[in-house]
Amino acid sequence: MSVSSQTTQTLLKSPSPRDVILLRARGHLGLLFSLSIMGTLLFLAVAAPLLSPHDPYLQDLANRLQSPVFLGGSWEHPLGTDHLGRDYLSRLLYGAQISLLIGFAAALISGLIGTTLGVLAGYFGGRVDLIVTFLINVRLAMPVVLVALALVALFGGSLLVVILVLGLLLWDRFAVVLRSATMQVRSMEYIAAGQILGTRLPRLLAKDVLPNIADSLIVIITLEMAHAIILEAALSFLGLGVQPPVPSWGLMISEGKEMLFFQPWLITIPGIALFVLVLAINMLGDGLRDVSAPEGRN
Amino acid sequence: MFIYTLKRLLLAVLVAVTVSFISFSLLFLAGDPAIAMAGEGATEQDIEAIRSLYGFNRPFVIQYLDWLLRAVSGDFGDSFYFKTPVIDLIAAHLPVTMTLGVLAITFALCVAVPLGVLAATRPNSFVDRLCLFFSVMGQAMPSFWFGLVLIMIFSIWFRLLPASGADTWKHFVLPTIVLGYYAMPAIMRLTRAGMLEVLSADYIRTARAKGLSQNKILFKHALRNAIIPVVSLAAVQLGFMLGGSIVVESIFALHGAGFLAWESIARNDFPTIQALILVFSMFYIVFTFCADVANAWLDPRMRVN
Repeated sequence: MSVSSQTTQTLLKSPSPRDVILLRARGHLGLLFSLSIMGTLLFLAVAAPLLSPHDPYLQDLANRLQSPVFLGGSWEHPLGTDHLGRDYLSRLLYGAQISLLIGFAAALISGLIGTTLGVLAGYFGGRVDLIVTFLINVRLAMPVVLVALALVALFGGSLLVVILVLGLLLWDRFAVVLRSATMQVRSMEYIAAGQILGTRLPRLLAKDVLPNIADSLIVIITLEMAHAIILEAALSFLGLGVQPPVPSWGLMISEGKEMLFFQPWLITIPGIALFVLVLAINMLGDGLRDVSAPEGRN
Repeated sequence: MFIYTLKRLLLAVLVAVTVSFISFSLLFLAGDPAIAMAGEGATEQDIEAIRSLYGFNRPFVIQYLDWLLRAVSGDFGDSFYFKTPVIDLIAAHLPVTMTLGVLAITFALCVAVPLGVLAATRPNSFVDRLCLFFSVMGQAMPSFWFGLVLIMIFSIWFRLLPASGADTWKHFVLPTIVLGYYAMPAIMRLTRAGMLEVLSADYIRTARAKGLSQNKILFKHALRNAIIPVVSLAAVQLGFMLGGSIVVESIFALHGAGFLAWESIARNDFPTIQALILVFSMFYIVFTFCADVANAWLDPRMRVN
C-alpha cells in the first residue's frame, strides 16, 4: 500500500467536526436534559389547543379559585381555576406559547441588530468600531425596564409591541460579545487569504467570519431568549406588558398576587413554569457551548 | 492617564447627551402630546392652548435644547399629574432608591466575595458547585416572583418581616435580599476567576515559599489584586440596580424613584418619566466612568485601549 493512500485512509477515518459535536452531545447530560425539557415545552405550547381541557378565556365565576388537584381539587380543573374561574392548566399551556414566541422573536430581532453591529465593528475596527462602541454605551446607559415600560405604555401593550420593544432593547450583549469574537477571527490567516483572493466582503463575512463566531452567537441567543422571556413576564407583571385577558405567565403571577395569602399556588405554578423554561434555555446554551467549542474537539 | 481620563470623559458626556435626546424624544414618539393631554372631546382651541402653554408648537430641536439647558440646572419642568416641580418629586423619592441600592450592593458583596474566594480555593468542590447552583438559580428566577415567594414565607407564614412600606429597617430586608441576589452571580464569578488567576501567579508561590499562612496569602496578597475588577463591576451593578429597582419597589410598595417611575408611566406623566430616565442613566454613566478611571489608575494596562 502506498504512502498517499494510507494518508487518505487516516483522513477518512478522522471524524468530521459535526460527528464530534454529535458524539459529545450524546455524552452531555445537561444538554440532553435541557433539550428534552425544551422539546416537551415546545410540544405543550404548540399542542395547547388540543391538550388544554378548557377554553383559557372562558370565565366561570361559580367555580372561581378552585384548588389544584394536588391540594384536594378535582380533575375537572387539574391546576385549579383563577379569580375569574378560568382553567389554570389551559392558561398555563397557552401562556407557554406567549413566552416562547416572545423569546424567539425578540432574540431574533436583537440578534440581527447586535450581530450586524458587532461583526461590522470587529471586522472594520477604527471609526466603525468607535461608533458601535458608542451605541453600545448609549444602550447600556438606558435603564431597560423603565424604557421598555414607557414604550409599551406609549404604543399599547400588544404582543407585537412587546416583541419589538424587547428586540430593539436587548441587542447590547450580542454586539459586545460578537465584536470581540470577530476581532479574534479577523486576525486569522484564512481571513487574510480570503482578502488576498479577492473574496467579496459580504461573502467573506457570511462564509468565513460568521461560521467561526457561531458558537458565541448560539450562547448569546439562548441567554437573550431567557432574558426576553423574564423581561416580558416582568413587564406584564407590572401591568405594562401583554394585556389581559391574554394568558401571559407574568400576568398570571400579577393577578395571583392579590390572593397570595389563601391561594399561594396561583403564583407558584406560573412561577415554576417560568423558572423551568428559563433554566432549560440557559442550560441549553451552556451545553451547546460545551459541545461546539473548538478546543478539545478531537 | 490624563489623556485617558479626558477621552473617557468625552465619551461619557457624548453618551449622556445622546441618552438625554432619546429620553426627550420618547414623548413625541407616540404622536402629538398635546392631543393626548387634552383628552377625549377636546376642541381644536383646547389643543392649541395646551400647545402654546407647554411650547409644543416650537420646532422640535428648540424644544429639546430648551429642555436640556433647563435640565442641566435641575429644572425638569412641572409634573403633569402633581403640578409640582419634577425635581422636587425626584428629590423626595430618590433617597429610598439610593438606600436600597447601596444596601443591596453591600449585601451582594458581603455574600458573593467570600463565596467566590472559597470557590476559587477549592475548585470543583461542594462550595464551588453550590455557588454555581445559586447563580444558575438566580438567572432563571424572575425577581418579582422571588420577591413574592419571600413575602409568602417571611411575611405571611412566619410573620417576621413587613411586606410593604419603607418606614423601618425591617422594610428594607426583603427588598435588599431580592435586589442584591441578582448582583451576586456576576460578582461571585469574577471573584472566583480573578482569584484563580492570581493564585497561580509567581508572587503567590513566593509567598507560599516564604511560609506565609494560607489566610495571609489569600486575603493580604491574592484578594487585594483580585478585588480590583470586582469593585468596578460593583459600581456598574449599582448603576443597573438603581434603574432596575422599579420591579422590586413595586412588589414591596417602597415609595422610591422606581415606584415613582412606575406610577408616572401609568399616568402618562411625561416630564417625570423623561427626567427619571435621564437621572437613572446619569447614575449609570457616572458610576461606569468612575469605575473605568479607577481601573485605569490601578492597572496601567487598561489605559492603552
